[in-house]
Amino acid sequence: MDARVSDLYTIIKSEAASKGALIDILEKIQGRYRYLPPEALLLASAWLDIPLSRIYSVATFYNAFSLVPKGKHCISVCMGTACHVRGSPRILDRLKTQLGIEAGETTRNCLFTLETVNCLGACALGPIIVADGEYAGQMTLQRTDRLLKHLKRTDASHG
Amino acid sequence: MVESGISSTLEAIAEHPKEFVPTIITAACVTICGGTGCRVYGSEDVCQAFRRELSRLNLDGKVDISVKTTGCHGFCEQGPLVVIRPQEIMYAHVRPKDVSEIITKTIFGDEVVERLLYTDPHTGKAILKETEVPFYKHQKRVILDLNGLIDPFDIDEYIEAGGYNALEIVLNERSPEEVIDEIKHSGLRGRGGAGFPTGIKWELCRRQPDHVKYIICNADEGDPGAYMDRSIMEGNPHRVLEGMIIGAYAIGARQGYVYIRNEYPLAVSHLRQAMDQARDRGFLGKNILNSGFDLNISIKLGSGAFVCGEETALMASIEGRIGEPRPRPPYPSESGLWGHPTNINNVKSWASIPIIIKRGADWFAKIGTEHSKGTMIFSLVGNICNTGLVEVPLGISMRELIFDIGGGIPNGKRFKAAQVGGPSGGCIPAECLDVKIDYDSLTSLGAIMGSGGLVVADEDTCMVDFARYFMDFTQEESCGKCVPCRVGTKAMLATLERICAGQGRAGDIEYLEELGQEIKKSSLCGLGQTAPNPVLSTLRYFRDEYEAHIYADTCPAKVCKGLITYSVIPQKCTGCMVCLRNCPVSAISGAKKEIHFIDADKCNRCGTCMSLCKFDAIVVN
Amino acid sequence: MIRLTINGTDFAVAEGRTILEVCRENGIDVPTLCYHPALKPYGACRLCVVEILGDQRPSRLVASCTYPCQEGIRVKTHSRVVIKNRRLTAELLLAGAYETPDIVALATELGVKEPRYKLPKADSCVLCGLCVRACHEIVGISAISMTNRGISKQVSTPYSGASASCIACGTCVLLCPTGRLSLSDVSGPHLTKHSFTHYRPFYCQLCDDTAQIPSNGRSGTG
Repeated sequence: MDARVSDLYTIIKSEAASKGALIDILEKIQGRYRYLPPEALLLASAWLDIPLSRIYSVATFYNAFSLVPKGKHCISVCMGTACHVRGSPRILDRLKTQLGIEAGETTRNCLFTLETVNCLGACALGPIIVADGEYAGQMTLQRTDRLLKHLKRTDASHG
Repeated sequence: MVESGISSTLEAIAEHPKEFVPTIITAACVTICGGTGCRVYGSEDVCQAFRRELSRLNLDGKVDISVKTTGCHGFCEQGPLVVIRPQEIMYAHVRPKDVSEIITKTIFGDEVVERLLYTDPHTGKAILKETEVPFYKHQKRVILDLNGLIDPFDIDEYIEAGGYNALEIVLNERSPEEVIDEIKHSGLRGRGGAGFPTGIKWELCRRQPDHVKYIICNADEGDPGAYMDRSIMEGNPHRVLEGMIIGAYAIGARQGYVYIRNEYPLAVSHLRQAMDQARDRGFLGKNILNSGFDLNISIKLGSGAFVCGEETALMASIEGRIGEPRPRPPYPSESGLWGHPTNINNVKSWASIPIIIKRGADWFAKIGTEHSKGTMIFSLVGNICNTGLVEVPLGISMRELIFDIGGGIPNGKRFKAAQVGGPSGGCIPAECLDVKIDYDSLTSLGAIMGSGGLVVADEDTCMVDFARYFMDFTQEESCGKCVPCRVGTKAMLATLERICAGQGRAGDIEYLEELGQEIKKSSLCGLGQTAPNPVLSTLRYFRDEYEAHIYADTCPAKVCKGLITYSVIPQKCTGCMVCLRNCPVSAISGAKKEIHFIDADKCNRCGTCMSLCKFDAIVVN
Repeated sequence: MIRLTINGTDFAVAEGRTILEVCRENGIDVPTLCYHPALKPYGACRLCVVEILGDQRPSRLVASCTYPCQEGIRVKTHSRVVIKNRRLTAELLLAGAYETPDIVALATELGVKEPRYKLPKADSCVLCGLCVRACHEIVGISAISMTNRGISKQVSTPYSGASASCIACGTCVLLCPTGRLSLSDVSGPHLTKHSFTHYRPFYCQLCDDTAQIPSNGRSGTG
């Protein structure tokens, strides 16, 4: 079997026994590949005996799933109420301008994905950005610029 | 009786002085807050520093003291928080470089590090003990009592503090019906928002003849600004588990699920660990404590859909389907997961159960008001001095919550409104500050208790923009099944956006009111039924702001981009060119040492210039 | 038997019936859009709302297609509260379907001419779900489904491409209330797949006649 197919087989079969496992399976695939490849949905449909349209329905309903590959660096801006009153929209605008993309999009070079998130629950530190899983609090415009620079630099150093 | 951070346990000791006092209270210990907020501030480094420095400085073992990271202490604004026990000395904003001084002065010696003490901004005095700090003094920490005391990774600490004792009592001495009676008697109402009497819900489920039943813990805390459930899951997951096991016994369920947001990775990992430990000790799994009762609990992760906090959508998600709510009746207690009777409760509700069993329903029912018993946990966020998590008895006034505990509004600003209940709730204006917070009083004011998120808005908040923010959120999270919610919220949002952009028309307010009322009546689920609340509530108390936007072309709070202009004050401008260089649309003109000018037509009102100007030379009108 | 009152008239019905079913059987005309007797009730359009009068609690609106008959309830199908709500729902339907004759007619009948709000693009799909539900429940193929969420929700095949499972039975076209779906010959004779080994025959719920459906499981005229 093709390496990716056998990998997907392992993931799907490991959860297939438990009830309502579809979403758990999709979460695992999303975590592994940073998106849901079409072959993953097709294979899941075949091996779980669920119509493809139903799986596609689930994949497009939930925010956690993406049908296109996400960027190497994922930047999430918290748009929770507390961060909102502390100025998160301005931070988001800054990132949109600097990266040239809208929220929910990925830069053409597949380096950055910009997202918004509805409250991370660290409200005392607002406005907050999560970049590659790391929380950065009390963001200002200057800090945002510095963060982007830092991320671009780590990429450049890895060639 | 001083209400302290560990009030519940202290009261228990006071009532039974001859009982063994758990060493968790009396032992020498450095407790460092490990909640997400403090972690971002670097509390893990502080913890490492304590461990490192203690082993270095305490080589002869002259002081027997342990170091541990606990759950969220609640006073998030002051993090990283460290409390030295048993003296209960609280240090705020602690950095790794402060650690050796704390050890030498406070742990080895009898001194205090003055600069790290919390200073009360109203009196100017530094406060020594955690229990004396106004933020904690007015609280009644019942569910959060162990959050600052125990290491969430250590089941023994939970047991030492009395954990799993309630489960033992239940399995050895009570029948399921007796347990349900106790919960009914306590008056506990669902802490997820709707406030349905928990005991009655359990009874309805128990009465179903089906021998397959489920329990679910709804940990899909999606309200922006709310993080109570997360802090409980991170800080004391065993209490939630204990409550679920007791509930499953009472209802007759043998399988449980915890549905938790995937945006809470720390809470998920703490919960997983706790479940493993509980299983190892025989509190979970087959033949729990040799009682013959079996229970298995599984974790299900949310996938980024706020609507899955609604119970029928949540169940659909567990079943592997899209999170579309379904009509009720039948209610989940009759027909839930895969058609079987299912009892769903919020994290805080489950966490209340062991406490009610141990302390008794009478004790619980003494707290709170006639129809709203017990305590409630709120997250105080927004324009408030003391951002954090607080637990207060129901019936406390909004004024006490915001000013005595919350410390009032920062920067000398005026209180404008407090949004209770998140995107499903309403705002409480200044004239209602003396309302006693309970389920019914909030409903009569046009708000709902919700899950406990409390967002404070000061005088610089535009209430129309505030409502628009919530409608935007709800609109995006709507599942899209029913017409009133899918299209109706879009229509409301479009109208609000027009008003905020300065294009409001006569008739817009009436349209919003009509839409709001009808959407509430005929939407399929709670999301749609409560989506118009923030709009209707702000219209009720701040109608003048809407009218100003529409008829006077002004945004009184100077927030809405379509109605404001930024300009330079010539007398203050130094010509430094910082704003000019950073303007994303090149709307500022000027030269070095010359007064700058903002072109209102090009300006996109992003506010960058004003936030960068060091001379306060840019204002908004 | 369950006893209830609708518009002042008493009825005694068997358990398990919905309010709408009782209305239909007794000539009480409650408008619907997403309801079809052969499909499980969906409760999405909210046009079928009726008012249940309360004794201790205030009256409320419920969707009659999904609400079960309960002992002692008093129902009004055309009260002022109901009409006002139905009218607004129709106006919201018109927000997207303002160029769709069937929806315009429905709205006009309920007293709505011009919608106060129009969606950016006209779309005659009102997301009643009849096509998706029929394909799943009756035909058993699930070639199409509801994708995305909220205002972006739309009926689609996976990846919006040609479906590998559609057998061109035309059920979705037959049921669509706005004429949005159509069947067309794309490449000469239809190609239908015959490999449905798990395809269980369904019987028609309207005429309850299993003989109408061929035993090899194919429905429709292909």
